[in-house]
Amino acid sequence: MKPILEVENLRVSFPAPRGRVEVVKGINFSLGAERLGIVGESGSGKSMTGRSILRLIQRPGRVTADRLQFEEVDILSASDRQMRAVRGARISMVMQDPKFSLNPVITIGDQIAEGLVAHRRLPRAQVKEKTLEMLRAVRIADPEKVVKLYPHQVSGGMGQRVMIAMMLIPEPTLLIADEPTSALDVSVQAQVLDIIDELIRRNNMGLILISHDLLLVSAYCDRILVMRNGEVVDECAARDLAASTHPYTRGLLAAMPHLNETRDELPMLDRRSQAT
Amino acid sequence: MTQDATPASLQPPRQMMGRGNAWLRGLGAVLVSMAMTFLGLIAITFFVGRVVPIDPVIAVVGDRAPIEVYNAVRAEMGLDDPLILQFLRYVADVLTGDLGMSISTGGRVIDDLVRVFPATLELATLGIIIGVLLGVPMGVYAASHHGTFVDHAIRVLGLVGYAVPAFWLGLVGLAVLYARLQIVGGPGRLDFFYDGLVPPVTGLILVDSLLAGDMAVFRNAFSHIILPAAVLGFFSLAYISRMTRSFMLDQLSQDFIMTARVKGISERRVIWHHAFRPIRVPLVTVIGLSYASLLEGSVMIETVFSWPGIGNYLTTALLNADMNAVLGATLVIGMVFILINKGSDVLYRLIDPRARA
Ligand SMILES: Nc1ncnc2c1ncn2[C@@H]1O[C@H](COP(=O)(O)OP(=O)(O)OP(=O)(O)O)[C@@H](O)[C@H]1O
Ligand SMILES: [Mg+2]
Repeated sequence: MKPILEVENLRVSFPAPRGRVEVVKGINFSLGAERLGIVGESGSGKSMTGRSILRLIQRPGRVTADRLQFEEVDILSASDRQMRAVRGARISMVMQDPKFSLNPVITIGDQIAEGLVAHRRLPRAQVKEKTLEMLRAVRIADPEKVVKLYPHQVSGGMGQRVMIAMMLIPEPTLLIADEPTSALDVSVQAQVLDIIDELIRRNNMGLILISHDLLLVSAYCDRILVMRNGEVVDECAARDLAASTHPYTRGLLAAMPHLNETRDELPMLDRRSQAT
Repeated sequence: MTQDATPASLQPPRQMMGRGNAWLRGLGAVLVSMAMTFLGLIAITFFVGRVVPIDPVIAVVGDRAPIEVYNAVRAEMGLDDPLILQFLRYVADVLTGDLGMSISTGGRVIDDLVRVFPATLELATLGIIIGVLLGVPMGVYAASHHGTFVDHAIRVLGLVGYAVPAFWLGLVGLAVLYARLQIVGGPGRLDFFYDGLVPPVTGLILVDSLLAGDMAVFRNAFSHIILPAAVLGFFSLAYISRMTRSFMLDQLSQDFIMTARVKGISERRVIWHHAFRPIRVPLVTVIGLSYASLLEGSVMIETVFSWPGIGNYLTTALLNADMNAVLGATLVIGMVFILINKGSDVLYRLIDPRARA
């Protein structure tokens, strides 16, 4: 399989009182039309990794890599104009909380259509038709009504489906989903992930699913990277996760509650034993 | 008795009220609250008029009049009537435009106000236009180029707007641009020989001269108003650009800005379409406040430029203890404040989908 994204020695740093601190410390991976999960604790650098692929980290943050190649585009040396042609149209990103990541004063219909018209000149009627079609694809029952609403008028679950529609309407080849369900009610999390999964498979896209939830990632991905402190500490196929021998991964797994649980207390990660 | 006992026909048909109806009701509510605020304003000027140690009877009869004359005039002026009656009479007077006579100009206060207010209105309006047209883009530019040299320069300009006294800037402006370079007109609204050439329709000379098609008067009026308006504009620009900058910085750090960038739209569109749209609402309030403060009549500027506006009128009236004129001018200024406040309230509803019912 020819990779669509290749990342070699990716580093992200921010200035701190005493020199720069690296929050992503030289990670490597490549991705084909497959579903890659990135898991790790809060602050382990997952979001920074995702954002550097879209070159969304702004000054004073700094991104370097030996190689950051998306199809024929060298992300780090591309011009702003080239980068805009990649964003949305070829790589897209679903963010965590629809309450904050949708513009509060623009209608849902306009926000979805914007992603499409930014990249393609289409007659108005066709834009509208595609917008409605996309809303139906994310299982929104009466799209004609929803396009006229503002984000505050829809629920979190529906807001996130709107977000997905907005990000997939220009038919990108790679979707980065950064904790797409952690702000949602448990009852709608599975639905949102199923929608993402269905659309990814249907369009033969690549997916990077970022989460701190190991089980969720292993259910929806083919391959998993485990990050810690800005480094990839473990990498395995999703179905082999339970068999991972890496102590950190084992620790994360052990710290997760199960149904029909008999333990009184969940174990803590013992960080001393895994000094990096 | 339970609630169910209420006949259904007496309950408002909620479902049937469309958006238009909600709008009308909103407008009605605004009008009612405006009327109430205005009544409150009249009450305040009424009581101020009673408590100040200036006897309105003496103002009429003079301080040498015999006590019988004094008492007769006092009764005639209704000052012996119950307070509530006096108040109602005062409200009726104000509503019919009768604000009494001015002892300093010898004319009716209402006529004086009709003459001086347009001068201030014209100056303040031009000032706020300058302030908005320059201040908003400067604030947006500074925020989107956060931390650069231009950003710092714009911030320093804003600080200067706070530190420099208005009269000083006005005087320096006059000394350089009028006295030395002669590229602007001097004090007053017009040069002497242009005065009274166009019939007053609106009282705004720029508008009246255009209506009369007299470009010479227009040019002369413009050369007079541009410097004081620019000075006022500079102060409102300083305030407006500072507020715009901070509103924009706040928006640019929001998640939905990253969403917009992810879509691959141009940076210009990210800034004006996504970040600027939400701040139009607080910006309307800021601009309204700034406009209101210019309309109060900038006393300093009107004095320096001998501008025959309401600020000048009010100062003269105060110095002459001309109570009717002071109260009349206060009413006008208060009314302007109420109008601008409610106006920006209405605009707010128009702009922000979240504030719509
Ligand atoms: N602008 C910034 N300046 C300095 N440090 C930053 C900045 N943004 C992020 N960081 C640091 O980078 C590290 C990695 O952040 P990142 O958002 O990638 O974590 P994450 O794995 O996504 O965590 P979470 O699960 O909480 O989203 C964190 O320690 C964070 O404090
Ligand atoms: Mg994150």
